[in-house]
Amino acid sequence: MTRTDLVVSAPVGIVRQKAGWDDWVMRAGLVVLGLYLAITIVLPLWSMLSKSLEDHSGAFVGLANYSAYASNPVLVRSILNSLTVAGVTTAITLALAFVYAYGLTRSRMPGRGLFRAVAMIPLLAPSLLPAISLIYLFGNQGVIRDWLMGWSVYGPIGIVMGEVFYTFPHALMILTTALAVADQRLYEAADCLGATRFRRFMTVTLPGARYGLVSAGFVVFTLVMTDFGVPKVIGGSYDVLATDVYKQVVGQQNFQMGAVVSAVLLIPAILAFAVDRIIQRRQVSQLGGRAVSFRPSAEPLRDWTLFAVCAAVALVLLAMLGMAGFASLVKFWPYNLELGLRHYSFDLMDGGGWGSYWNSLKMASWTAVIGTAVIFTGAWMIEKSRGAGPLRTACHLLAMLPMAVPGLVLGLAYIFFFNPAGNPLSFLYGTLAILVMNSIAHFYTVSHLTAVTALKQIDPEFESVSASLKIPAYTTFLRVTVPVCLPAILGISIYLFINAMTTVSGVVFLYSPDTTLASIAVLNMDDAGDIAPAAAMAMMIVYTSAAVKLIHATATGGLLRVTQRWRAR
Amino acid sequence: MGRPFTMTRLFSAATLGMAFLLTALADAPAQAKTALTVYTAVEADELAGFKQAFEARNPEIEIKWVRDSTGIITAKLLAEKDNPRADIVWGLAATSLKLLADDGMLTPYAPKGLDQIDKALRDPAEPPAWIGQRVWISAVCFNTVEAKKRGLPVPRSWADLADPVYKGQIAMPNPNSSGTGFLSVSAWVQTMGEAKAWDYMTRLHDNIATYTHSGSKPCRQAGAGEYAIGISFDYRGAKVKADGAPVEVLVMSEGSGWDLESFGIVKGTKSMEAAKALADWSVSREANEIYAKAYSVVALPGVAKPIAGYPEGLIQSMIKNDFTWVSANRERLLAEWQKRFDGKTEPKS
Repeated sequence: MTRTDLVVSAPVGIVRQKAGWDDWVMRAGLVVLGLYLAITIVLPLWSMLSKSLEDHSGAFVGLANYSAYASNPVLVRSILNSLTVAGVTTAITLALAFVYAYGLTRSRMPGRGLFRAVAMIPLLAPSLLPAISLIYLFGNQGVIRDWLMGWSVYGPIGIVMGEVFYTFPHALMILTTALAVADQRLYEAADCLGATRFRRFMTVTLPGARYGLVSAGFVVFTLVMTDFGVPKVIGGSYDVLATDVYKQVVGQQNFQMGAVVSAVLLIPAILAFAVDRIIQRRQVSQLGGRAVSFRPSAEPLRDWTLFAVCAAVALVLLAMLGMAGFASLVKFWPYNLELGLRHYSFDLMDGGGWGSYWNSLKMASWTAVIGTAVIFTGAWMIEKSRGAGPLRTACHLLAMLPMAVPGLVLGLAYIFFFNPAGNPLSFLYGTLAILVMNSIAHFYTVSHLTAVTALKQIDPEFESVSASLKIPAYTTFLRVTVPVCLPAILGISIYLFINAMTTVSGVVFLYSPDTTLASIAVLNMDDAGDIAPAAAMAMMIVYTSAAVKLIHATATGGLLRVTQRWRAR
Repeated sequence: MGRPFTMTRLFSAATLGMAFLLTALADAPAQAKTALTVYTAVEADELAGFKQAFEARNPEIEIKWVRDSTGIITAKLLAEKDNPRADIVWGLAATSLKLLADDGMLTPYAPKGLDQIDKALRDPAEPPAWIGQRVWISAVCFNTVEAKKRGLPVPRSWADLADPVYKGQIAMPNPNSSGTGFLSVSAWVQTMGEAKAWDYMTRLHDNIATYTHSGSKPCRQAGAGEYAIGISFDYRGAKVKADGAPVEVLVMSEGSGWDLESFGIVKGTKSMEAAKALADWSVSREANEIYAKAYSVVALPGVAKPIAGYPEGLIQSMIKNDFTWVSANRERLLAEWQKRFDGKTEPKS
């Protein structure tokens, strides 16, 4: 290699390079990615919003639907109901998750690994499952219905209990991250100044975690506002926004009003998204270069108190899951408690039978494979292509958008965009492909951010060096980038698989007789009063997600040993 | 070169593995069968049997069910009026089919063997736009174990059910979604007269714990003791009882509402021949024998026989049902019901 070569291949920016063949391919790729995101996210949302401004015949009526909505006291009360359950759930979940996360990160209580794993259980189940368990626990024939002291579980009480279960791991993940890093010196300073434990907690611990708390609060609030599974099963006649969308669209086939309620549902989600972005920007270096990372000392009293609280929470989570599992095996609740598998004969029930289960498996696999390929390659093009700044920013913003769009809204938007005969893509309507597209779009943002984080860890010099050696970008991608990022790639695929397996809200408007799904079957069986089989199908989803997660954990263990050896010195 | 090469190989192996998995998961090659999209409100536990029997006779046709409760299927058909996705509506309430026929959404067709069918149970027009298959009748599921525990007397009449003793004990299907719910409401209106019927329903409403989406759910809930009483229909009652629930299926003394599961070919279907084949099969003796396994009144005379678990006097209790009046007033009754009872605040319990 001559001296001049080295100068040419110096890091980008020192010598302005002419865009080569590779760059043009990457830019073309970015344009394709942008178009894909526009078709699967932006255009459907656009058709939904314009639908909310039309009447039944499709004529433009401005805000007439919105004023009809505002003048319907039944629908408006749903807003209040939604805000109430979301507010109460957020308060309870945040308190529980904070203590739990505190135990995991700031104590030396025993069993932290186990507690961390148990807390993730709700992620493996559709949100319908906690609601079904609650019927068996607190319904009129529930095993511990007396604990409610005469209050009915059907309504806000049941919704809040179910939603706390459903949102707990989401809040916990954010709070453990927020509490995981702390500067030991601050605590030492507090101790030296003679601060009480309470004061130390209020002035050091809480401020350090405040961004995490706000972020978790918004995530939980949005999840509850937009979740449909829990209120559908246990809400009784306590209507919330998410069930209103379903009622308007499925029950009354009033798509315009469905679009209006969806637009209302977008507001909290977008708000949460905006707040989260602002926080992310502020929360740069909490931990300076000279920080000493916090190591909790052993304090038996604190540790065992936290252990007791965490154990109680973990037991409740396990009990909720166990109740559904047990009820699915009982022959005839509550009169014949013999065990058997007859509720697993799904073919005799609403919801599409075992075919639905296989469809779900197929859909989740496709979502994982195609989604991971699209999202990771997309993130790589956005991160590693040179020049084309506006294009990259546009793609990144599009990738962030799905975070602010609830599944129910995205699903409804897909009907409006793909169903009209005039759309050349309308052949996708009613196929498995549209369910896969919808699921990838629905869960795009988190996967994208995971990919970006992994890619940022790779030194850009790999690309520069490859370019100077005239190695095509895709070779570098396949030989360096992909193997190095393998943990992230596998993480994304498992995230997509489990979410596609458990989602209800995104797909409830999109399935067809050929593409019924397991999670939808749970919903339909519960609607028909077949609650034990509904519990059985929900358990099948849990077993599958858990099995896939286990296989993934063991398989990646091996793969990572081979591909990630370089990380060890 | 050694290490990157291994990694690439590993990655391609993983990709190849994924590809195999996907091939295994992907559909088997589609056969050259005619897919027939059938919209139905027939109970899910019976659908597999019908599909199997029909496809055995017509191996070139494959039935694709779209099943939901009566109100949902009706709303769906009306919403898709300009761009229908169903080929044939099958096993839907006659009151709904009449509505579709009046809207010009059905293609009249006289299947082979039509002359054998009970004249009272079909569209009188020639050729008929819709043809009845079998009758389902409202019935009350009464949980004897819970009744004893809660000290509830056995209800003998619809009027009894409005007695405050049953407060919070009754589940009833929402007539806007459920055909069983609607036939109960239409029967009260027809037998009591409209003003008295609304007054009755207002008093009944105080006793209702929950309005359900499906007509089966109240009986299943009564069977599970979630509520003591479920307003439901004959087949589900017999079935829940056979499953081992401590329920009695009761006939109310003022008479029982009923409706007719019927079929009609959707105008504009691209599979006309297959739809006709299903229509022909649906009036056949074979089909009627299957209908009669579960329902006690079927369209082909002489096929019906007594079924275990059905209450005594059920058929005699069937009210005089004016389909023309009911279907003309369906929308109005449902809107009125919704205004009065739906979305009322949570029952305070």
